[in-house]
Amino acid sequence: MKLATALDSGRGRPFPLARITPSTLLGGGRARRVVERNILVYRRGWIFIVSGFFEPFFYLLSIGIGLNKLVGVVEVGGRAIPYTSFVAAGLLAASAMNGAIFDATFGIFFKLKIVKTYDAMLSTPLGPADVARGELAWALIRGGAYAGAFLVVMAGLGYVGSGWAVVCFPAAVLVSFAFSGAGMAATTYMRSWQDFDLVSLAVLPLFLFSATFYPLGVYPGWLQLIVRLTPLYQGVALLRGLDLGLFSWSLLGHGVYLLVMGALGLAVSARRLSVLVLP
Amino acid sequence: MRLGVQAASQPGAQDASAGTPPAVAPSAASAQRSVRSEPLICARGLVKRFGSIVAVDGIDFDIYLGESFGFLGPNGAGKTSTMRMIACMSPVSEGTLRVLGMDPAVDGAKIRARIGLVPQEDSLDLELTVLDNLIIYGRYFDIPRRVIRERAKRLLDFAELTDRAHSKVDPLSGGMKRRLTIARALVSEPDLLILDEPTTGLDPQARHLLWDRLYRLKAQGVTLVITTHYMDEAEQLCDRLVVMNDGRIAAEGTPHSLIERYSTKEVLELRKPLGMTGVAERLAGIADRVEELADRVLLYTDDGDAALEAVRLREFPYEHALVRRSTLEDVFLRLTGRSLID
Ligand SMILES: Nc1ncnc2c1ncn2[C@@H]1O[C@H](COP(=O)(O)OP(=O)(O)OP(=O)(O)O)[C@@H](O)[C@H]1O
Ligand SMILES: [Mg+2]
Repeated sequence: MKLATALDSGRGRPFPLARITPSTLLGGGRARRVVERNILVYRRGWIFIVSGFFEPFFYLLSIGIGLNKLVGVVEVGGRAIPYTSFVAAGLLAASAMNGAIFDATFGIFFKLKIVKTYDAMLSTPLGPADVARGELAWALIRGGAYAGAFLVVMAGLGYVGSGWAVVCFPAAVLVSFAFSGAGMAATTYMRSWQDFDLVSLAVLPLFLFSATFYPLGVYPGWLQLIVRLTPLYQGVALLRGLDLGLFSWSLLGHGVYLLVMGALGLAVSARRLSVLVLP
Repeated sequence: MRLGVQAASQPGAQDASAGTPPAVAPSAASAQRSVRSEPLICARGLVKRFGSIVAVDGIDFDIYLGESFGFLGPNGAGKTSTMRMIACMSPVSEGTLRVLGMDPAVDGAKIRARIGLVPQEDSLDLELTVLDNLIIYGRYFDIPRRVIRERAKRLLDFAELTDRAHSKVDPLSGGMKRRLTIARALVSEPDLLILDEPTTGLDPQARHLLWDRLYRLKAQGVTLVITTHYMDEAEQLCDRLVVMNDGRIAAEGTPHSLIERYSTKEVLELRKPLGMTGVAERLAGIADRVEELADRVLLYTDDGDAALEAVRLREFPYEHALVRRSTLEDVFLRLTGRSLID
């Protein structure tokens, strides 16, 4: 509770980033109430949650089975890998991104601008930072559920690269964290539903070009460089490396990138919520 | 210096979460009243700006524990902006504001934990049922579910929504939503209740029910801050009030003292023929003050019957005449140049 108060006092000051420590990222304190509220809502809307699981599942089946016939094996880090393993890790990252972006953009916009859920929340001891952390925690819970299910299906189909695949679970949640934070921050700048076209415009190339379906080596050098800087590539490379048990320092770099992206998004979101709901 | 406020803070949020009854024990409240040194809410030179718009333009007021304090004013006077600053939902642009002995910029969460807010526009959770709205709102205040459930039952009764408990909020009528919003503000058993036009949209019966409920809360020591457009409501509910106009406070006092200061004892109200001009000249000298509205002329005087006699002698063609006592409505008209019901 002290912490919530401390965070709350960050209202009106720019970037309360310094106040956001890892232990608070997952929604301790009052942020829990936001999660509780979402559980109350989704108790009845479970269909929505189930649909979120089937989408990646269909991707996995269709692309795994279909493209595997054409491609067979891919070389990663000097090792020949079955294409199914290669693409499954990429799809896991991509679906973590898609799920997170969808919730963080449509979901948050709806609550922020249409049904004004946050107006009521912010008339209670909850502060903007609690709301932002709570929504993010909720996104991670859902993202975690999808990632877990995805991994189980992946294992069931024999698409996992190695026993290390279990570590993909927290890593996929990290991808959710990064995109939820960034998506939520972007949403606070949106004015109408039209702006969501921009989201699709950003997400689709990320999905297609982030070495999701084929190795980075097929691109010309300049494009490789650009891709290396984009966020989904970090997730794809991280998950693929972990899935195959190919550890290197670069995995740490990808992880830090995603962590910073999510934390920045969270800080911006809290600040913007304060500006929008508490003018 | 902060003695009164500190004592009042004891039965606050923590106790509520431990499940103890009413947030303000009457005994504690009466003990407070003797310590009148520090107001519960204190504003000095309070300013609220939205870009170039000055919504609140340097106002001072003190609201004491257990008091019921009103803000009256025409549309756009700055009432809601003031309420939102008190509720720590809007940063102060300039001046000082202390609420419950704390600074909203520093202790916003602590202050809000002890405030119940009925905002001008309902902000109910449209994705939840009536009952769940009460429950989750209580949870935002960290109150245990068991305690909230018990309170929710009573509050639903009070709001006459018991049979709609499991209905979604959207299909409720405007008045029902309003009643639910009020019930929701009470779920945390606040020390300070801020009501921004609480009875707008309520039918007369529901209004009287709410007044009754507010009296009882006041008797328990809860401090009420109310904005309203209904003068009868202000006269009924407010111990003291301010009239705001253009972001400033035009007058302050008890309803009675305001009427005494800004109006005459009686008012002669004449319904005038449509499109009539030159009214003021024709009635000059009869009353202390003549106010011309679209359909009526108001003559302010200490003797209404004498004024009516004078009007008759001048053969002024009125359609209907009424002598009545001055009300806050007249004070309002005098101070803001605006009628409330226009
Ligand atoms: N968020 C905002 N952004 C810009 N201007 C605002 C905002 N909120 C209020 N204002 C302006 O501040 C002024 C005072 O508004 P406020 O809502 O405080 O008036 P009010 O006394 O509550 O009026 P009403 O009786 O209509 O509710 C108005 O000119 C309004 O346009
Ligand atoms: Mg208002």
